Amino acid sequence: MAKPEIDQITGVETTDHEWDGIKELNNPLPRWWLWVLYVSIIWSIGYWIVMPAWPLISSHTKGVIGYSQRAVVARSLEQAKQAQSVYMEKIAAADPAAIKADPELLRFALAGGEAAYGDNCAPCHGRGAQGSKGYPNLNDDDWLWGGKLEDIHQTLKVGIRSTHEDTRVNPMPAFGRDEILEPAQISDVAEFVLSISGGESIDEAAMRGKAIFAEQCAACHGEEGKGNMELGAPNLVDRIWLYGGDKTAITQTIRNSRAGVMPKWEGRLSSETLKQLTVYVHSLGGGQ
Amino acid sequence: MAVTAEERPKKRLSEAAPGVERSEAKAVNAAEVRSLYAVREKVYPKRAYGKFRSLKWGVMAVTLGIYYLLPWLRWDRGEHLSNQAVLIDFPNRRFFFFFLEIWPQEFYFITGLLVISALALFLATALAGRVWCGYTCPQTVWTDLMIAVERFWQGDRNARMRLDKAPWGFEKIWRKGGTHLSWLLVSISTGGAFVFFFRDAPTLLGEFMRFEAPPIAYIFLAIFTATTYLLGGIAREQVCTFMCPWPRIQGAMFDQHSLLVSYRDWRGEQRGPHKKDESWEGRGDCIDCKQCIAVCPAGIDIRDGGQLECIQCALCIDACNSIMDKIDRPRGLIAYDTIDNLEATTKGKTSPVRLLRPRILLYTAMIVLVGLIMLVALWNRTILEVNVLRDRNPLYVALSDGSIRNGYTIKILNKRHEARAFRVGTKGLLGATLRIVGFEKDADPTITVVPDDLRALRIYVTLPEAALQKLKDGVSEFDFIVTDLGDTSTVRNDTTFRSPAR
Repeated sequence: MAKPEIDQITGVETTDHEWDGIKELNNPLPRWWLWVLYVSIIWSIGYWIVMPAWPLISSHTKGVIGYSQRAVVARSLEQAKQAQSVYMEKIAAADPAAIKADPELLRFALAGGEAAYGDNCAPCHGRGAQGSKGYPNLNDDDWLWGGKLEDIHQTLKVGIRSTHEDTRVNPMPAFGRDEILEPAQISDVAEFVLSISGGESIDEAAMRGKAIFAEQCAACHGEEGKGNMELGAPNLVDRIWLYGGDKTAITQTIRNSRAGVMPKWEGRLSSETLKQLTVYVHSLGGGQ
Repeated sequence: MAVTAEERPKKRLSEAAPGVERSEAKAVNAAEVRSLYAVREKVYPKRAYGKFRSLKWGVMAVTLGIYYLLPWLRWDRGEHLSNQAVLIDFPNRRFFFFFLEIWPQEFYFITGLLVISALALFLATALAGRVWCGYTCPQTVWTDLMIAVERFWQGDRNARMRLDKAPWGFEKIWRKGGTHLSWLLVSISTGGAFVFFFRDAPTLLGEFMRFEAPPIAYIFLAIFTATTYLLGGIAREQVCTFMCPWPRIQGAMFDQHSLLVSYRDWRGEQRGPHKKDESWEGRGDCIDCKQCIAVCPAGIDIRDGGQLECIQCALCIDACNSIMDKIDRPRGLIAYDTIDNLEATTKGKTSPVRLLRPRILLYTAMIVLVGLIMLVALWNRTILEVNVLRDRNPLYVALSDGSIRNGYTIKILNKRHEARAFRVGTKGLLGATLRIVGFEKDADPTITVVPDDLRALRIYVTLPEAALQKLKDGVSEFDFIVTDLGDTSTVRNDTTFRSPAR
């Protein structure tokens, strides 16, 4: 190697790197910087010994104090559970009505219920519980199986057409598919249903449909079509339709029936969570 | 160092004039020694005497007094709230300032205060250059204090220079040790005073004594101790010269009519030592005693003209005036003067100080304007605030009888130090029924909000089908009215009611 060139002005040797006539000087590193480097190296050695550091084939060095971020997470989860346990014990002992009567417990249950709702219910019923076709809106005042706390609690536990032995089932015959009624009769019944729910209908057809309704439908939906929550039979005179309230949708419902499914949550969620969900759904504005 | 300084006269003059000591002081930034990199040359500011020095002592006493003592002032706010007059309460998100209590959403008061501070700084700079730097900047004040402490332990300029050159020995150790220990004490009380603004001062002091204070208090105590010690004790003028952006900005803010600490070279030159009985005719008043450099905390020579390093502390005026008194020449060789006047006097004229300049008027007008806005805002400051958040998911809920329900969350902020009762109603929505979650249907409940707190309410507003026919595009604007049952004052908050478009 050639003898390093010395810069005339500063008296410092250059690195021989040159850009547009400007040469880089080979100044030593600042001393404070070097010391920081040395201290960092010493620190890192201590760190390797104390903390988990080196990856091994199937594991890693554990460090002498045995620190682990997973353990920290587990510990904080445990602490959170501990902190909640006061309320959780109270919820375990109370029924939903008692939870609702205790403002502090209610606040806790609503927060927990909202989280559980987002995890488990929102995929079908929507984040705002607004529902969609076939999935009931939980904000409104129309309930298939009842909107009282105990009704909601029961529905949550057993589900609808679920695998639970006490599951809620509201079977409706497929009047068209099973050839119970003629297509013309189905159309007449649909006209009648439209007439009692405030829709536009042909009076003549509705009159014919009324007789068929009394014969085929009134057993579950009632003489006036107001439904029956005991059986999960929808109210047909109100303005809320789960599968649509126009002639086509109603005709289709009568012809093929509908069979919505909701899973059972008993066994999947803890009984405390179910109670929290119950008061949460009840609080959405339609609770009775 | 490759210094190409001109050779100084070999012969050392101990007297600049009869009875006037001459200091061998040299400006650290003298034009001929400036390079891109310079090792710091330690500055040993000499004690100055005079009216500006007295003024600076006064300013130091007032500013440090406010800083150290303010957290200990008490202000009665009733049993629920802190009785500390000035308290920045982060955990509870409150800022207490005597009669004022600022909530986070009123941060614009702080913004306004900062705007006024900035404008006041501009105005002061336009009037008299870097008066902020020279008298009131915390860096200047604490540096001044640290230098005073240093002088107490190590003596004045010459003694300190001697001590630095002396070999390490018992005397040097106790003098230096005492200095640093005192600096640390000053620094700790500075950091301590800082944290006292954030937590009840007597409580925190007790916690400090028992080592029970929150970790964050110790961390900030340590940070402020370290910065005061390092910036005020060790770094000193380097902070102003190299770290602070303000000198660069301030240089653009004064003009030829600003009063600046200036050396009147028309009077001072030709400078030179004055011998006894020598006539003052045909020579300048400056006897080159260099006292102005010796007292300068930035270690510069004011006779080189206005400089970036100069913080305009006016100590050179004091130093020069006392010399002028001694040699029986008129005071004011170094004085507050405008560039305009300096030029005029060189030509034998004078140019009076012009206060009514556009920038002065503009800054004053802006300060008055922002101040008035603040006052109006403060005067009309609501001690009751209502926020309305309408539900967005779902936007509306259709009910079984065909009516439409909208959900709202209303937050009532009670900024008074007493519980208040409210009633909530609507205006501008015909036929609407209101239901507050947690209260009976069709009730018109009284909502109580505890002192200095907020209460969130879930409210359902329902419009029957008949009323909906009027909402052609599905949107109607209306107001929530919150009435204080105590003084019947009301707050209205506008929002919208939404339904499917018809």
